[in-house]
Amino acid sequence: MTYETVIGLEVHVELATNTKIFCGCENKFGGEPNTHCCPVCTGMPGVLPVLNEKVVEFAAKAGLATNCTVANFSKMDRKGYYYPDLPKAYQISQFDLPIALSGHVDINVDGNEKRIGITRIHMEEDAGKLLHEAVAGTAVDYNRCGVPLIEIVSEPDMRSAEEAKAFLDTLKSIMQYTGVSDCKMQEGSLRCDVNVSVREEGAKEFGTRTEMKNLNSFSAVVKAIEAESARQIAVLTDGGTITQETRRFDDVKNKSYAMRGKEEAHDYRYFPDPDLVPVTLTDEQIEAFADSLPELPETKKQRFVQELGLPEYDAGVLTGERAVAEFFEGCAAEYSDAKKVSNWIMTDLLRLLKEANMEADENPVRPRQLADILKMVDEGKINVTVGKAVFEDVFKTGEDPAAIVEKKGLVQISDTGELREMIQKIIADNPGPVADYKGGKKKALTFFVGQVMKATKGKANPKVVNEIASEELNKA
Amino acid sequence: MKAYEMTLKQAAQALERKEISSVELTQSLLDRIGGLEPQVRALNAVCETQAMEAARKSDQRRASGEAKSGMDGIPAVVKDNICTEGTKTTCSSKILAHFVPPYNAHVIERFNAQGIITLAKSNLDEFAMGSSTENSAFGASKNPWNLSCVPGGSSGGSAAAVSAQMAPLALGSDTGGSIRQPASYCGVVGLKPTYGAVSRYGLVAFASSFDQIGPFTRTVEDAALALNAICGYDKNDSTSMNAEYPDYAAGIGQDVKGMRIGVPKEYFASEGLSEEVKASGQNAMKTFENLGAIVEETTMPTFEYALTAYYIISSAEATSNLSRYDGVKYGHRAEDFDGIVDLYVKTRNEGFGDEVKRRMMLGNYVLSSGYYDAYYLKALKVRTLIKQDFDKLFDKYDCILSPTAPTPAFAAGAKSDPMHMYLTDIYTVPVNLAGLTAMSLPCGLSSGGLPIGVHLIAKPMNEVTMLRAAYALEQALPPIGDPTFAGGDA
Amino acid sequence: MQVPISEVEKIAVLSRLSLTEEEKKKHQHDLEEVLALAQRLNELDTTDVKPTAHIQGVENVLRADEIRPSMDNEKLTANAPERENGCFIVPKVVE
Repeated sequence: MTYETVIGLEVHVELATNTKIFCGCENKFGGEPNTHCCPVCTGMPGVLPVLNEKVVEFAAKAGLATNCTVANFSKMDRKGYYYPDLPKAYQISQFDLPIALSGHVDINVDGNEKRIGITRIHMEEDAGKLLHEAVAGTAVDYNRCGVPLIEIVSEPDMRSAEEAKAFLDTLKSIMQYTGVSDCKMQEGSLRCDVNVSVREEGAKEFGTRTEMKNLNSFSAVVKAIEAESARQIAVLTDGGTITQETRRFDDVKNKSYAMRGKEEAHDYRYFPDPDLVPVTLTDEQIEAFADSLPELPETKKQRFVQELGLPEYDAGVLTGERAVAEFFEGCAAEYSDAKKVSNWIMTDLLRLLKEANMEADENPVRPRQLADILKMVDEGKINVTVGKAVFEDVFKTGEDPAAIVEKKGLVQISDTGELREMIQKIIADNPGPVADYKGGKKKALTFFVGQVMKATKGKANPKVVNEIASEELNKA
Repeated sequence: MKAYEMTLKQAAQALERKEISSVELTQSLLDRIGGLEPQVRALNAVCETQAMEAARKSDQRRASGEAKSGMDGIPAVVKDNICTEGTKTTCSSKILAHFVPPYNAHVIERFNAQGIITLAKSNLDEFAMGSSTENSAFGASKNPWNLSCVPGGSSGGSAAAVSAQMAPLALGSDTGGSIRQPASYCGVVGLKPTYGAVSRYGLVAFASSFDQIGPFTRTVEDAALALNAICGYDKNDSTSMNAEYPDYAAGIGQDVKGMRIGVPKEYFASEGLSEEVKASGQNAMKTFENLGAIVEETTMPTFEYALTAYYIISSAEATSNLSRYDGVKYGHRAEDFDGIVDLYVKTRNEGFGDEVKRRMMLGNYVLSSGYYDAYYLKALKVRTLIKQDFDKLFDKYDCILSPTAPTPAFAAGAKSDPMHMYLTDIYTVPVNLAGLTAMSLPCGLSSGGLPIGVHLIAKPMNEVTMLRAAYALEQALPPIGDPTFAGGDA
Repeated sequence: MQVPISEVEKIAVLSRLSLTEEEKKKHQHDLEEVLALAQRLNELDTTDVKPTAHIQGVENVLRADEIRPSMDNEKLTANAPERENGCFIVPKVVE
């Protein structure tokens, strides 16, 4: 009996607006508790919400960027439930008439393209946070209350943890490109709830699904899916049944647990919020939003392949994140060999960012700086190895490449006279390897080149060294 | 004339002409309150120190020719569900007994900008749910015309205060008749503006689709002046009308010749309508005819369904609006509890009265899954039909006339069955469902010496027309006189 | 329209109220009374009638995305039954 895993995701994305969804408090991560709040977002008696126009715009753009139909008419509804992080004991959300419906996102897993459906996208307000460091009890911080969210619900189209991760990566990329959100999972601006079920291969019906919430990284999502899928298969194989429930995933133990205590089936009692009027968008307005979208990752990737002749893989890496793509384009505007730029980004920039635990949008190198390095290498002013070291220096210090080269005296030594002298000395000092070379071991040349590089602290022009060393050895 | 006897218009004129100072006027009202409050119990709190201080400042401004407005220095009573920064706003509920709002309601900001003084906070049915003010957690208010009778509700305290001449102006709130019915019982003018004409920001919400703040005054012209003070667009309220607002007194004194007044027959045929109220209403109709208006019987087929639709919708919204009272952020918190859920339950059990709990239960029932379509959604559709009925009526008529309440004020404790209590709102609730404007003005006295009110309704943003008709009627009818403070305990 | 006591109990939970047995019966009676009236609404044919959730027929009331000052923490938490370090305190919640 082989089983198939079915995965659906509900992704909450915090919108990068200046202010909260229903009040003018700043939409800012962090800060001392309850310092970005007002009577409206803390649900005081008598207060009223007013919808932020940017939220509508961003939500519509998110819908357009994921191929959804953006609704001409949508409304806000109240979703009632009790929890201390929810000051009004209802969340203003959208129930039956959300802002966007029926879209899709194309993902690529190991070279296989797949389309993942998006059921809907709706606007809603975020809740506060519970802090568990109080002396006695739990502390409530409402700073995050009222931060605008869009909830993106996928169709249960994913069949593996890899597909789920690819979906999340693609979605994150699209959201960043549109400018709608910075999608930083570690800051909570992207959160994911996972629905997992299994069924026998070939079965038509879906199995019972469980839900896991509060997963705080893409790798946690992957692990949670794999663990839960395995657990469900084990249960079914043993003849048991799956209970529909919400489970908590322990990232460290790599196990999920049924939530403690009786899970009250929520009757949210949705009804249209009487304090807020409906939102209507004309076709013209929706078109204007669509026109204002920047080139999206998939389109950009295809353009890199077709117009710049980059391999699909490279184009994929470069367009994966908006900040990387922008860096690439900035650099390619100043230096025409796109493949070279691409290589340097993929091998050096991405590595340095990873080592420094930095996000792509925190990259301190300016595109012009990479272009300058590449030009200096082309001109023979420095060699490639030195160039890479300079790049690392620019990354770490922010100084301009030319200044670094100057300061550290890294200019490549191409003076043939100087090099010839050096080589002749090394030949004189190393009769053994000379004999090897003359005896037919042409590879012994690298010893001499290596010695020159060592003596010049890597600054010698390798091509020239090679030529002269060959000449001198042949003479010796 | 004693200062406290002055109408709003008289007081404003007297202040302007420096015939009286705001300090004198305010003191006169405070003295009046001191003398009568033990019997009437209209007020939850008297803001004596702040009011006198504000009066002094007003006089100073006036002395240097810098009066903020024509109403600078006028004291007003404010219903205790309207947030006043720094002053307790309790909604006459235990759950907010010590709540001090950190902000002002929009209407209070308007008051401040014009120099109108908040004199006192008045009693109400808890969270504005009720028709007699007997549901107040702090004790019932009395009707100045007969202290053993109720002043009506939910704005009973404000109605009683104006009736007893404790202030020339009081603010109430009207969700299903909570200004108009007590106005009728207390023999004063009470007006509910068009939905959206007065900002709800800072009015503690009961039923968000229906709530509106409005004035109590002793004359129709005063009510028009009051509207000029409180109506207007507020960007912090998404339901606030972003439109041109008129001078509400523009129609005062204009005749009503040819004005078309419709009287739906269903209103005068309803079962609980007392003969005296019916006769008084008919007298008002006759008076209008004598003034040259055209009074015609008409029909409103959906009338009998309005009360039920109102209770379903308002309870649903109320239960949602009141769910925030949980003992976490403000208000009452139970002393002993075991965990967060127990905290919620104990706090709410202790903090809310019976009527509030009753409506909360109904509200959650009609919204709960399985019942939403049959009740809540159905009620919203019936609301559409009611609105359509009114649209048809206003195609033909300038105003609609009906009794305000089926009977005059009833004795305290007389209506213990909630259904009987709900029926006192039968004429007023259709107005809130349709977002119209309406008002009550005195049109007679019962044989028992209790005031009877007549109810005029106009289409949205047509207060000027309605006030014109009301003024003409008021001038043509004999005045009912002043309350006698009869009955009740000595 | 019958409302079983079990329904009354469910609604009480949703309302975060706790009712004595006597109160449950009272609420049951009150609910049944109002719901009986509500049945009468079915006398009106609402087949093609749209529900009115917003009476004014207004749409798109929006505000500009401009920051306004937040409220001072002291003022914001002044009414809190229990507060500590600028936070509202509730009994321990296990997530």
